[in-house]
Amino acid sequence: MDTLIMYLQFPFVRYALIVGVLIALCSSLLGVTLVLKRFSFIGDGLSHVAFGAMAIASVCNLTNQMLLVLPVTIISAILLLRTGQNAKIKGDAAIAMISVSALAFGYLIMNIFKPSSNLSGDVCSTLFGSTSILTLTVTEVWLCVALSIVVVAIFIVFYNKIFAVTFDENFAKAAGTRTDIYNLLIATVIAVIIVLAMNLVGSLLISALVIFPALSAMRIFRNFKSVTIFSAVLSVVCALAGLIISILAGTPVGSTIVAVDALAFGICCGIGATVKQG
Amino acid sequence: MSLLTVKNLAVGYESRAVAEGINFKVDAGDYLCIVGENGSGKTTLMKTLLGLEPAVGGSIEVGDGLRKNEIGYLPQQTVVQKDFPASVREIVLSGCQGRMGLRPFYRKEERKLSEENMKRMDIMDLADRSYRDLSGGQQQRVLLARALCATRKILLLDEPVSGLDPKVASEMYSLIAELNKEGVTIIMISHDIAEALRFASHILHVGDNIFFGTKEEYLKSEEGKQWIR
Repeated sequence: MDTLIMYLQFPFVRYALIVGVLIALCSSLLGVTLVLKRFSFIGDGLSHVAFGAMAIASVCNLTNQMLLVLPVTIISAILLLRTGQNAKIKGDAAIAMISVSALAFGYLIMNIFKPSSNLSGDVCSTLFGSTSILTLTVTEVWLCVALSIVVVAIFIVFYNKIFAVTFDENFAKAAGTRTDIYNLLIATVIAVIIVLAMNLVGSLLISALVIFPALSAMRIFRNFKSVTIFSAVLSVVCALAGLIISILAGTPVGSTIVAVDALAFGICCGIGATVKQG
Repeated sequence: MSLLTVKNLAVGYESRAVAEGINFKVDAGDYLCIVGENGSGKTTLMKTLLGLEPAVGGSIEVGDGLRKNEIGYLPQQTVVQKDFPASVREIVLSGCQGRMGLRPFYRKEERKLSEENMKRMDIMDLADRSYRDLSGGQQQRVLLARALCATRKILLLDEPVSGLDPKVASEMYSLIAELNKEGVTIIMISHDIAEALRFASHILHVGDNIFFGTKEEYLKSEEGKQWIR
């Protein structure tokens, strides 16, 4: 406990906690929708796209990588979610294709142009997040706070529409809801969350942040509202626990959080099974 | 004027027509059954009527004060819905979306409307149950209640009894017939020609030859004779 309080004196530890909690909250909100729409892997796919874009940005020596990474990721998200319904290449295949090729090209470009001397270290930290959450600047923290507020606000305002579009897109469209606009909205928000979350867990582990809380909540709860609320709470608790453990035990941040998420999923499965029997 | 007037309509995907030369009209209170072989374009026709697919050719005129967001639709169930964690109440309420425009939250009148329709479908006692725990017949009642929230005038049903056992299926047909008696216009796709003929007032046969007319006319026509045999 004392060590934790000591660590909390450092501003960078506090920043990491704030950003971690916010990202966990945002990613879990749309996680429910994505899992139900059979887009669990979109987090993975998009984060690899973001990785590729980041590689190009660093080769081009862009000072603000976000200017390239964010638009590219948003566009890919829109393309993936749009074609999901009746495309020639089905959703899961399209995601797999884009994700591996972005990963490959990103690494290839970095290898050919070698922007820094410690290439494998760079790649490793982009993929697994390692320490970048502990090197956040004040501006990044505020940016993250602002974007999180926007994401949560959008989610609350459009909650009923998102439900309708997720449950039955055709019905919603037939009843006059502009489903294409809401799909666009969902895609954009997802892309923003993923680019933010890359700082926290790195691009390989983002899927875990998106899907684990939703899947855990779906084990226990049986209506949409409770599933959404519980997955948000669970995600925040797991992220906080993961961050604290990783600070105290010196383990890598991203993988610790994911491990805690996986553990929580196991517990929820157990609870779900007991409730069903009883 | 008729609720729907369809003239020389061609339906299909990506401007390739699956069925062409479809002409029919639907008046208020009609019970139209769409029959035909698999792949003859029945579902595509329904999606085109709903505006989910663009028409390849021809025209659909909407009359009698029917607005675009006043059509109720009972789609075939999707895989996604089978394990969807949502309560019956939440799903029925979502049928009110169309009339809400951009307003984000439900008001009292929407909650009242959804309760009325749940009572009408006799699923009030299921209101807080989870959709994925219900039987097939109960799920169809939920989706029907949702469709009724979207409309008072016209319902489009895509194979409402597929996957239901015979007893539940016949209950479903009676339920639909009752709605029709209450004044709701019905357009239904059905595989089950016998049931279709029991309740329908008009038949649209989609296939190589397209037939449209009243049930009596259909029984005497070539298409009808071939199918009923």
